[in-house]
Amino acid sequence: MKKITLLLLSFIAYIVSSYSQSSDVPMADQFRADGKIYVVIAVIGILFLGMLVYLILLDKKISKIEQSINSNK
Amino acid sequence: MLNTKINWWKYLTIALVIYTVVAGLLTEVPRLPILNETIRNLYFHVPMWFCMTVLLLISVIYSILYLVKPEIKNDFYAVETANTGIFFGILGLITGSIWAKYTWGTFWTSDPKLNAAAIGELIYIAYIILRGSFQDEQQRARIGAVYNLFAFPIFISIIYIIPRLTDSLHPGNGGNPAFSQYDLDSRMRLVFYPAVAGFILLGVWFTSLRVRLRMIEYQIEQ
Repeated sequence: MKKITLLLLSFIAYIVSSYSQSSDVPMADQFRADGKIYVVIAVIGILFLGMLVYLILLDKKISKIEQSINSNK
Repeated sequence: MLNTKINWWKYLTIALVIYTVVAGLLTEVPRLPILNETIRNLYFHVPMWFCMTVLLLISVIYSILYLVKPEIKNDFYAVETANTGIFFGILGLITGSIWAKYTWGTFWTSDPKLNAAAIGELIYIAYIILRGSFQDEQQRARIGAVYNLFAFPIFISIIYIIPRLTDSLHPGNGGNPAFSQYDLDSRMRLVFYPAVAGFILLGVWFTSLRVRLRMIEYQIEQ
């Protein structure tokens, strides 16, 4: 029973994957195959991460100012 | 004792936005003619509008709260959510325009969805200008809140309802199926929904910082 389910599942997976690859629509496949996509992801990811960390630092700075104002009252 | 703890949801925001960037570029997408790889813009362009709409909804809720209970903080929330909403809307307009250039062949067409988005933007810019034109703090907050109360339903109807009643190039309008057709593909949903959540949270974060700065300014003036 288990084997049959496995066979069936792999068959479905095969159908699905062949369906998605049978199309002739041009995509950046070579770019991905070369692995260059990871370079782009690394650059954009680091930029976003850097900006978000900067936002956290800004957030902390504002918290400090809030507290100094509240303690001066 | 300084307490500069960062709320957990801010880390969630970072995680979601970074996930969007990585998964948005890396995961499989449907192969569609004309769109090709630009279908990935769905993960970045569309969340801008979701974020704007949610922020404007929060804005109108704070305006109602202000009218019920005139506290200055409610007014600050109303105006700053509108400000951040306008910011995300402008990003949405620019990114949509670039996307249109490479799929429809032009930066701008007089499509109902596009024009409505531009008008919606202007409605809210008018709100900010209207607010700025009053010297008296309470008068400014009150009139701004009433304006906002009218602006939000108009914004929703011109941007989400009217384009659906007419013909439009933009997906999701005038018998033009939205991305639901492509995103039958559950793979795209796995990135799209976290992207929407991430950018909405990012908008809330921007807003909260600006509200806090306004409160500091207000306390110093007092």
